[in-house]
Amino acid sequence: MAAHRPVNGFLPREAFGELLATLRGGGYRCVAPKVRDGAIVYAELQAQDQLPTGISTRQAPGRYRVEITDSPRNFAWANGPQALKPLVFKARETLWRVDRDTDGRISFTGSSTETGPLAVIGVRSCDLAALALQDRHFLANDCVDPHYQARRAALFLVAVNCTHPSDTCFCASTGDGPAARDGFDLLMDELDDGFVVRAGSAAGQKILQTLPVRPATGEQNEAVTQQNRQATECQTRQLPSGNLEQVLFENLDHPHWQTVAERCLSCGNCTSVCPTCFCYSEQDAGTLDPGHSTHIREWDSCFTQGHSYIHGLTIRADTRLRYRQWLTHKLGSWHSQYGRSGCVGCGRCISWCPVGIDLTEEVTAIVGSKP
Amino acid sequence: MSTALRYPAEAEIIARAQETPSIVSLTVRLTDSAVADRFRFQPGQFNMVYLYGVGEIPLSISSDPADTDTLTHTIRDVGRVSHGLAALQVGDRIGLRGPFGRGWPLRDARNRDVIIITGGLGCAPVVPVIDYVINRRKSYGRLIIMQGVKHSDDLIWREHYDAWDAHPDTQVLLAADVGGTRWNGVVGPVTELFDKAQLPTQDSVAFLCGPEPMIRACVKRLIEEGLPTGSIWISMERNMQCALGQCGHCQFGDRFVCRDGPVFCYADIQHLFGRKGF
Repeated sequence: MAAHRPVNGFLPREAFGELLATLRGGGYRCVAPKVRDGAIVYAELQAQDQLPTGISTRQAPGRYRVEITDSPRNFAWANGPQALKPLVFKARETLWRVDRDTDGRISFTGSSTETGPLAVIGVRSCDLAALALQDRHFLANDCVDPHYQARRAALFLVAVNCTHPSDTCFCASTGDGPAARDGFDLLMDELDDGFVVRAGSAAGQKILQTLPVRPATGEQNEAVTQQNRQATECQTRQLPSGNLEQVLFENLDHPHWQTVAERCLSCGNCTSVCPTCFCYSEQDAGTLDPGHSTHIREWDSCFTQGHSYIHGLTIRADTRLRYRQWLTHKLGSWHSQYGRSGCVGCGRCISWCPVGIDLTEEVTAIVGSKP
Repeated sequence: MSTALRYPAEAEIIARAQETPSIVSLTVRLTDSAVADRFRFQPGQFNMVYLYGVGEIPLSISSDPADTDTLTHTIRDVGRVSHGLAALQVGDRIGLRGPFGRGWPLRDARNRDVIIITGGLGCAPVVPVIDYVINRRKSYGRLIIMQGVKHSDDLIWREHYDAWDAHPDTQVLLAADVGGTRWNGVVGPVTELFDKAQLPTQDSVAFLCGPEPMIRACVKRLIEEGLPTGSIWISMERNMQCALGQCGHCQFGDRFVCRDGPVFCYADIQHLFGRKGF
């Protein structure tokens, strides 16, 4: 660990632009939350006034709405559909290209990943936890994904502690939020008139030193503690605690799998918005030029028929088996594979499910509340 | 992990054998000699085989690992990629990535009796095993080969079976669910061969490959015969796209079949093996 003295400083809201300027000066492209198409999404940020000011979200199973409030804050909302996943694990990208000459000889070229330093502002604790999980998958010692690795190494993460969890959030019960503990370069706690900022890495420390911060007052620190406690206490949903791997695999024939399947559309929305789902399909992208072909990958979902297809046989032909695969993997097999559950409590799969299936309710019905 | 495993290398088809109307064996040579020199595989491992402009499929390697000059893949024409591969001719080019996965535990099997049970084209992944044992006959005990097919016309490599059968301490047993004319093997499922087999002692190893219902039935028989689950090894098939343990398709519970398999010790997977949906 690089030695850095934790500095806890207060950055007035009107000086937030300094952070942007410093990051840009350091060569970073800045991405931050913006309201687009009725949702909060990560997009390129040019100026502070593009941040969502006085914006909140109301979320419930199968429901997500952006609402206008009179708050002066920029980060007084719960997560939108995107996590950090699309920034490091692209929804679609080229893996390699093939050229074929007129004699039919073929040659292959691996695709390089073009990326530059990228600062993401407004990262939530649940998404930092999800990124750490994707790191375990894509950066495993014996098999590093070069595309993911290049984008991951280029990230500078400015976390903002979540003060407004939605009705669908349950990060407190998974231990992944609402306050971030690690995995960030800078961490901000938003107050009405500004931000209490601290660094979590040497790179973050370097940026922080250039900002016009003054020492945070005891009152400000107390306000931060208070709002973080509130953000934990206001969460009503929770996952059954502990490692559910054994109990889930002991309940493969539980009748509730069929009950969920009768509602589930097998649409894959949950896997698309899930910040830890990593499945991808590979295919050749068609071209009219007979001399070239491109091999791409794109996000796949265990809810599709093709996901389990092998020469004439579909292993998971019906929704019951697909939902069971998703849940037993996410909350079960992940423990054996990556040392912890694959769920970080962001609640996206609940909000963005078109029929409002609630993961926490379904798993509780299957394993009981206290396994 | 070598980055070369992330995209294919070119290989040229140097021989093609039409085994049955729907099964073709392609013998290929990697065209880049540096790639070819590095390429070594264990029996039971597989390659991702690429058809230009169409895509990749996982295929086990059915040739002898001692043959470092060429490789053979045996393909059943069942899907988009395999259909195109089966139509290729000598001189055509394909792409190869591999080898991937864990093969058969041939070291563990040393000095023990070896039972090999295969169904359909399931014999392809174990042909190199049989050749391996035959070529090192003194290092292994008895060799019992049981092969089942749906119809006797589906049996390929008849001459291989005849040749293996001629070796000392080697028993070859064949079964077809439907026996055509001139079929002198057993008519019925492969499990019927157990009655004819001179099954060896508990200290043998069994290698199984083929359709899962057949494997399930045979594993049950082997356990009844007294074989410990730790001595039973099976080769599994699942959807595979990356072969690197990353794309997620081949997951079998907590295992990635492409990386942790495709050959598994039955004791390690018996809790899920045969469970619908996994």
